[in-house]
Amino acid sequence: MKEQSILRLQVFKWFLTALLVTLIARLFFIQVLTGEDYAQLADENRIREVTTLAVRGLILDQAGRPLVENRTSLVITVDRETINELPDNGNEVLSRLATILKKPEQELRDRITPCGATGSAPPPICWNGSPLQPVPVARDVGYKLALKIMEDSLNFPGVAAEVAAERVYPAPLGVNAAHLLGYIGPISAEELADADQASGYKRTSVVGRAGLEKQYDLVLRGVDGKKLLAVDRSGKVVDEIGETQPIPGNYLITALDADLQQVVERELQRAVNRARENNFVADGGAAIVMDVTNGQVLAMASYPSYEPDIWLNGLSNREYKSLISEANGVPLLHRPTQGLYAPASTFKVVMTAAAEKAGMPLTGLYNCSPEVTISSRVFRNNESRAYGPISLARALEVSCNTVFYRIANDLWEQTGKDTMKTGRDPIDKMARSFGLGKITGIDLPSEYAGRIGGRAWKRENWERNKDVWCERAKSGYPETAKRDPVWAETLRQYAAENCADGFLFRAGDAVNIAIGQGDTVVTPLQMAVAYSAIANDGTLFQPQIAKAIMDVDGNVVQEFAPKVTGKLNTSPRVLSYIRAALTNTAISGTTAWVFPGFPLEQVPIASKTGTGQVFNKQSTSWLATFAPAINPRYVVVMMVSQGGTGSGTGGPSVRRIYEALFGIRGSTINPANAIFPYGKPRTKLPTIDINGSPVPEAEAIGRTKP
Amino acid sequence: MSGAIRDASFVWRRVSGAPRFRRYRKFDFVLIIAALSLSLLGALLVWSSTRITAGAAGDSLFFLKRHLLNLGLGLILCLIASQISHRLVRAYAPVVYVLSLVGLIAVLLVGTVVNGAKSWLAFAGFTIQPAEFVKVSIIVISATLLAEKRDAENQPLHSIVVAALGVAAVPVLLILLQPDLGTVLMILATLFAILAVSGVSRWWLIGLVTSAVSVVALIVAAGVLAQYQIDRFTVFLNPDSDPLGVSYNVRQAEIAIGSGGWFGNGLFQGTQTAGQFVPEQRTDFIFSVAGEELGFFGSSMILLLMLFITWRLIRIASRADDLFGRLVAVGMAGWIAIQGFQNIGMNLELLPVTGVPLPFVSYGGSSMMALWLGLGVILNLDATKRRR
Repeated sequence: MKEQSILRLQVFKWFLTALLVTLIARLFFIQVLTGEDYAQLADENRIREVTTLAVRGLILDQAGRPLVENRTSLVITVDRETINELPDNGNEVLSRLATILKKPEQELRDRITPCGATGSAPPPICWNGSPLQPVPVARDVGYKLALKIMEDSLNFPGVAAEVAAERVYPAPLGVNAAHLLGYIGPISAEELADADQASGYKRTSVVGRAGLEKQYDLVLRGVDGKKLLAVDRSGKVVDEIGETQPIPGNYLITALDADLQQVVERELQRAVNRARENNFVADGGAAIVMDVTNGQVLAMASYPSYEPDIWLNGLSNREYKSLISEANGVPLLHRPTQGLYAPASTFKVVMTAAAEKAGMPLTGLYNCSPEVTISSRVFRNNESRAYGPISLARALEVSCNTVFYRIANDLWEQTGKDTMKTGRDPIDKMARSFGLGKITGIDLPSEYAGRIGGRAWKRENWERNKDVWCERAKSGYPETAKRDPVWAETLRQYAAENCADGFLFRAGDAVNIAIGQGDTVVTPLQMAVAYSAIANDGTLFQPQIAKAIMDVDGNVVQEFAPKVTGKLNTSPRVLSYIRAALTNTAISGTTAWVFPGFPLEQVPIASKTGTGQVFNKQSTSWLATFAPAINPRYVVVMMVSQGGTGSGTGGPSVRRIYEALFGIRGSTINPANAIFPYGKPRTKLPTIDINGSPVPEAEAIGRTKP
Repeated sequence: MSGAIRDASFVWRRVSGAPRFRRYRKFDFVLIIAALSLSLLGALLVWSSTRITAGAAGDSLFFLKRHLLNLGLGLILCLIASQISHRLVRAYAPVVYVLSLVGLIAVLLVGTVVNGAKSWLAFAGFTIQPAEFVKVSIIVISATLLAEKRDAENQPLHSIVVAALGVAAVPVLLILLQPDLGTVLMILATLFAILAVSGVSRWWLIGLVTSAVSVVALIVAAGVLAQYQIDRFTVFLNPDSDPLGVSYNVRQAEIAIGSGGWFGNGLFQGTQTAGQFVPEQRTDFIFSVAGEELGFFGSSMILLLMLFITWRLIRIASRADDLFGRLVAVGMAGWIAIQGFQNIGMNLELLPVTGVPLPFVSYGGSSMMALWLGLGVILNLDATKRRR
């Protein structure tokens, strides 16, 4: 009995011992074997990382004038999480806020709704940032209003007033340049997914979303600082563990010159006005000034434009609609790089080079008859003018179509029409060597490539559409037939023809391409690059807006060297021939009437006009020029869509741009009046002072502009 | 017994002029020192876990002082219990028992609900947990009954066994109603050990185990468990589901303990403790403070101290020639070890969450006093025995 009791006691003792030893084993496992993991979890528990935003770099013109600066603004933000957890979904708070901000309640609701949610407004209005981030709904509010909201936090749960840095556009000399500068905004989910690790983009990042702001975002954004804060369970900060200071973003020095940009913007506007006075719609325009020696973009304007600070406030629905409205001419479209237009007669320089390449002599005479019959179709000259047998140079000068029709037809006969059998296309090839049909590579996002309506395009187009054409050839257009059986039948026949032999490059196609019509479309910038190459004896430069990157202390981080993207597939002899022809254009050709009194002797202007025919629309006005024709420096291209003739609309404006560039008043030249000091684009970079502010040029070079 | 301690108590007696306590020389001072160490370690941990919140409320030492006060009261109870004869102890046991029962009933009627269980009785600024005193009284009464009129020479009468079970059954049912399943399980396991050691026939033991298993099966089947208890078990089995937020508690405790590593962050240096990440830290999750701040060495020290106390109590039990003394010691060993296992097991995510305190270490007056009271009884018996 006694033994039994002792035995049971021992069993109990070892049972309890086993329990406690189990705990020691478990303790060893948690603390020693896996302790590292828990230590990390513990840090995640208690350490919060707070981002200190880096100051974004400035964008300066080549003289150091800020085109984009920063300033602080009081911003009202709404925390979606808090608002949505309120019993009425925050309607009462939003309506109260709407009253105090004097904005429609729906607008506030739209702004805090994430893009892509059901019923969300289109992208610029809906919230494109992180769903967890407070959404700014009003910026630049008064101090009193901000205080009122902060003091009344009971009535405004989730609403806060914060000081935020925002971009400001000082618009030196009234320049606009909205498309070039772009804007910044909260990073979108797609952008975040696409960004690589090194970018440092976070869900809460604000990034450049268009223009230079987007292109050079990594340069401008700097590196955000970090504060590591220890917090307790309720999120209250109990300690500061560490801090890394933000590194301010670098400055982008552009080749743009505010002075010149202002002149170019003004002259584009005047060209548009001029066209409208002549009863043209003039729904859009582009003007570009480039340095032909290096591809630097000195000025670039797009019409219509908009105020660059329109993005700051977050667009209202109405503002966004107006930016993309056809009636307003789609101000959002950046015509120099995104507008696609038939190059019309400006294409004839390509034709001249192609003709020479194909063995047609530059010294020969070509018949500029009033009309020419090709494949039993009659093609006429502009106003059926005739100059008789003339040189190619004269044909360029007076822009004689029939000369180039014949050349195109001859080339076509040499190379055949069946695009399936022959890929040879001398015109297409030459146009490509001029940089057409592909992007120029300018440092702006979303550039368009355009296309050359030659054999390759013909085949490609047929491959893409043949199935539809052949289907329609059989089925017809019953939906159109209900309204207009005749038109439906026409469409059906067209489909049937295309189905059968849409791949053929016909004589008519060749004739069209000869004068830059038909399927060929280019951007104004492509023409500027092509004419630059003619001017500089054959080098295609990649157009560049950025000139250099400097840090806030004024050190040069990077200077952008000129980038050569290609060589013209022709000889200097041909180019000099073309230059001479284009120089004569201003003396005795299509632009002669523009330049009376202009000192062409000292500053010869090479120019080519173009008047593009557009189906159902008024013609596109082109004027591609460079100067001085001897030893050229600048290319100036102006285009006005639905703007009438090239010289008539753009001529006087382009003349004024040259007057500004060379310091011409009347017929006298005074280099001191030229836009650029010493008459040439600056090679010296601006000076940044110790506070990170650009030093005004007059002080920097110790010279006052007259 | 070490001479130093004898000398110290001698000096203390001389200096204070206190009356000479009976039998103190025969006390198991090693056991007292072990329990005292745990209690003082508990004081440090409670201090560490509360100094910031209590400091914000005005007195960062508030809980430290209260813990030490509880310890002091416990020591006084221990001293008293160790001085009275065990006939008197047996006589007082039913009084404590009845008072505790009244307390339990009062708890059910007017108790304060904490964490889904009605276990506390608010009383003149203090809160009392009658269940803690029930534990000690059940041990003493069942030991009294089972040791009655015999000296381990023959098996207890069936009627006595039934009576002992009955004595436990009433408070167990009341505690189940709170509901506090952890305490019930501890009481039943301890009672089982007492019965076993008292020499009941193995059929009793087999029968009890069998019926316990069937009752558990029945309870699970019938769904008698309170929702929060089911939730706790659900969470235990499947930590991702968290209907009560209890897995958050356990998870936080585990993170705090795990982050301690070998040596811990140092006392008062625990970031999780300072940040109040572990809820209920000074009571149910006091072990997580030790885990984070003292590391594996420090926190296994707690476990070793508990193991040591358990062995020491079993040692007392095995050398007791008086069955009453042996059973009380067994009961105390079971109480301390099983409850410690429950509490630390919960901290280490090894057991489901049951709201039992860690003996001597957790903040809480009722537990502290009841434990020291029980120790006092044993010290007395052991000393009595050894004096003979």
